[in-house]
Amino acid sequence: MSLSVRLSHRLPDFDLDIRFDAPPGLTVLFGQSGSGKTTVVNAVSGLLRPDSGRISVENRVLVDTENRVWLPPHRRKLGYIFQEGRLFPHLTVKQNLLYGRWFARAGGPAEDPDKVIDLLGIGALLDRRPGSLSGGEKQRVAIGRALLAHPQLILADEPLSALDEPRKAELMPYFERLRDEFTIPILYVSHSATEVARLATTVIAIDRGRVRHQGPAAEVLGDPGFRPQGSRSIGAILQAKVARHHDDGLTELDAGGASLFLPHIARDPGQPVRVRITAHDVVLATTEPVGLSALNILSGTVRDIRTGDGPGAIVSVDTRAGRILARVTRRSITALNLSVGQPCYAVIKSVAVAPEDIGKG
Amino acid sequence: MSWLGPEEWQAVALSLKVSFWATLVALPLGTLTAYVLARHSFPGKQALNALVHLPLIMPPVVTGYLLLLTFGTRGALGSFLQEWGLVFAFRWTGAALAAGVMAFPLMVRAIRLSIEAVDPKLEQAAATLGASRLWVFVTVTLPLILPGILAGTVLAFAKAMGEFGATITFVSNIPGETRTLPTAIYGFLQVPGGEGAALRLVVISVVIAVGALLLSEFLAHRAARRVAGA
Repeated sequence: MSLSVRLSHRLPDFDLDIRFDAPPGLTVLFGQSGSGKTTVVNAVSGLLRPDSGRISVENRVLVDTENRVWLPPHRRKLGYIFQEGRLFPHLTVKQNLLYGRWFARAGGPAEDPDKVIDLLGIGALLDRRPGSLSGGEKQRVAIGRALLAHPQLILADEPLSALDEPRKAELMPYFERLRDEFTIPILYVSHSATEVARLATTVIAIDRGRVRHQGPAAEVLGDPGFRPQGSRSIGAILQAKVARHHDDGLTELDAGGASLFLPHIARDPGQPVRVRITAHDVVLATTEPVGLSALNILSGTVRDIRTGDGPGAIVSVDTRAGRILARVTRRSITALNLSVGQPCYAVIKSVAVAPEDIGKG
Repeated sequence: MSWLGPEEWQAVALSLKVSFWATLVALPLGTLTAYVLARHSFPGKQALNALVHLPLIMPPVVTGYLLLLTFGTRGALGSFLQEWGLVFAFRWTGAALAAGVMAFPLMVRAIRLSIEAVDPKLEQAAATLGASRLWVFVTVTLPLILPGILAGTVLAFAKAMGEFGATITFVSNIPGETRTLPTAIYGFLQVPGGEGAALRLVVISVVIAVGALLLSEFLAHRAARRVAGA
């Protein structure tokens, strides 16, 4: 395990009691504001001393209250990307980028600054000061600064939440590249289901100081009991490959042998993509629908039906493409006589899939 | 400086020397005190704060007398330091001590304000990037509070140049040793026909004070513009 966290800490509203192990890749620590996410990250970074617990990265112990081990933040070998950037206002972009590198003691191969600057597209900003940068530019510099600090673990605390939607969309690919092109594990705090779907390798969902769900992203998001923030944010993710682009502007995806038609995706055929299908955009049918405008009809079997207090229910359907979640009414379930194990068809409107829900696989 | 008599020139030179040393020694102590008061809480913090401010609120004569009691040849600290060759009583070093003590609260207040204006989150960010506490201070805090340090230094220097009450009480008014600008002006005004010399020293005092103020404004402006990223 690249990151192992055991943590107990008393907070004003509740007691935090968190334990999880994160494999390599990007682990999203997911939860509402006030659920204790930032407390966890601060304990990992050393900005907070937990009441008790043990945290280790790649078998290097950062804190172990039982054995009285506590590394101060500057000796933890981290790269912390903060929500507000926190660039040093008196230094140029270049000096900001190289700040952590200057302190990093020799140990392991360092990232090449030119490669990182190139990857983040900040070559033209090097001589400027943070005060004159836009929000998106600041965050890209912050990513570079963390990456160049020679970290064994990158922490990102809601790095996109201070940005507007276009900026978020612009920045998300950089985190995908951070996840895919470097071997450094990332602990990423977020309360956005879109970010989880796009970026997460592993999801740790916490609520009021407890881990409620954890596991690979597709598994957690495909769990109908996982309800991030109201029913609108529920949605499973499918792994697919770009099959071909059609003349009418649609892109055909190959998801486990099933074809999915989506609005044009700017990726070459053969490239992996992951697509988040929100549950309220899925319609269920018990017989194969005909005469329907929707292009994507996936056959499968009902795996699980979850009902809550309201009129809605979440049905999970296993298809060839992967697990799909559908939000339907309880009345429909009764009318269709849906039950677990029953074959059914999931209908997805192509245009319902939002561009920000499509990312690199 | 032909228009200045040797006595007057002596007073100007002595005042500059006394103020320079008073400010120089007070600067690291003042910065440390300001940092401790701004960033730490500990038992006795209010007592330290009061002690720092005491020279500002007490009559200068009282401060001077207390210095005499403490650092005089028969004072507790004075006799101890004398064994190490450091004598304050009726020496220019005593004038520097008096000026430094009187200027200290002004310096600490200016620097403390600027430290409190620095976002601790920036210092945390530096720590996560591998900077130890000392390096955080040197590479982040210090550059950001530079305008405050400059303002505090100029303020302290100006105060030291003008210090009168505590100086004359502690080290008297000895020409060439403890006769600084203000005490010289006072002395000239006490003798018949001394108004001319007094007036010349007054002009010099005003020029030095205004010059120092302009210099600090200029430096602070430049530092602030650098930080703002223009």
